[in-house]
Amino acid sequence: MLKATVYVTIKKSVLDPQGVAVQGALRSVGFQEVESLRIGKYMEMTLDTDDRAVAEERLKEMCEKLLANTVIEDYRYELED
Amino acid sequence: MKFAVLVFPGSNCDIDCYKAVEDTLGEPVDYVWHTATDLSAYDCILVPGGFSYGDYLRCGAISQFAPVMAEVAKAAEQGKFVLGICNGFQILTEAGLLPGALRRNMSMKFRCHDSVLKVVNNATPFTVDYAKDEEIIIPIAHGEGNYYCDDETLEQLKANNQIVFTYSDNPNGSVDDIAGVSNIQGNVVGMMPHPERAANALLGSEDGKRMFTSILKTWRDRHGAASIR
Repeated sequence: MLKATVYVTIKKSVLDPQGVAVQGALRSVGFQEVESLRIGKYMEMTLDTDDRAVAEERLKEMCEKLLANTVIEDYRYELED
Repeated sequence: MKFAVLVFPGSNCDIDCYKAVEDTLGEPVDYVWHTATDLSAYDCILVPGGFSYGDYLRCGAISQFAPVMAEVAKAAEQGKFVLGICNGFQILTEAGLLPGALRRNMSMKFRCHDSVLKVVNNATPFTVDYAKDEEIIIPIAHGEGNYYCDDETLEQLKANNQIVFTYSDNPNGSVDDIAGVSNIQGNVVGMMPHPERAANALLGSEDGKRMFTSILKTWRDRHGAASIR
């Protein structure tokens, strides 16, 4: 069994209105040091395999096919035993 | 001419689309469930608004894999007419049948009001009954209608005349005020505003009616049938 963590974020070149709104809220309560903020999605899953290479390949497919919309989103993932 | 109105779990503008076809055109129309695997009987497929599959993950992300969507892709390839409205537009972009993606509105607000659209391309099967650059009133109701595409795609959209409608007063932050686009062939159109909610003067505007009459007119022209009634 492998544990995978997937992070999906709006691309740097694409405006993230949610992130901008939350950044504004933080600043309005005194956290002026927040220069930028982006909101993304965090997913964790367990995979029924011990083969890291296979798991990585499958994860990439999952991200490209469904988990991220690569027109506007980036993704990355981590794998651990 | 036969119309299909797709129904996903969470569709909520399906009845409006059905009624718009029934009342405006009087042509046969069926509700078609998302599990259907045959659309060969239909000439036009309407993908209605709503919150398909709860809009979990992203709007339209899960619907793109509904069994019926493989048939929609097939129909699009055959040159049949496919119109995605609101969530239907989101589904068609997720499915790769239309370019771009829909993001959260710039204002972070759900916008629900009439919008003034400019008909940029009146040569699609959905817009022939409008004049080019005509301004029409069609309501919007969405939280994620902020159209995005990269610069390269935008240039292609312009070069191929794929921008069908633009907003006069961009309500969501869309790139280049885009409210609706088509595929290169022009037989697949997606738009955030709801023409089916503007199909009767009682609803505040009947400017949406001509989208439906356009479809029938184009279909009849192509099939050499009698003129529109």
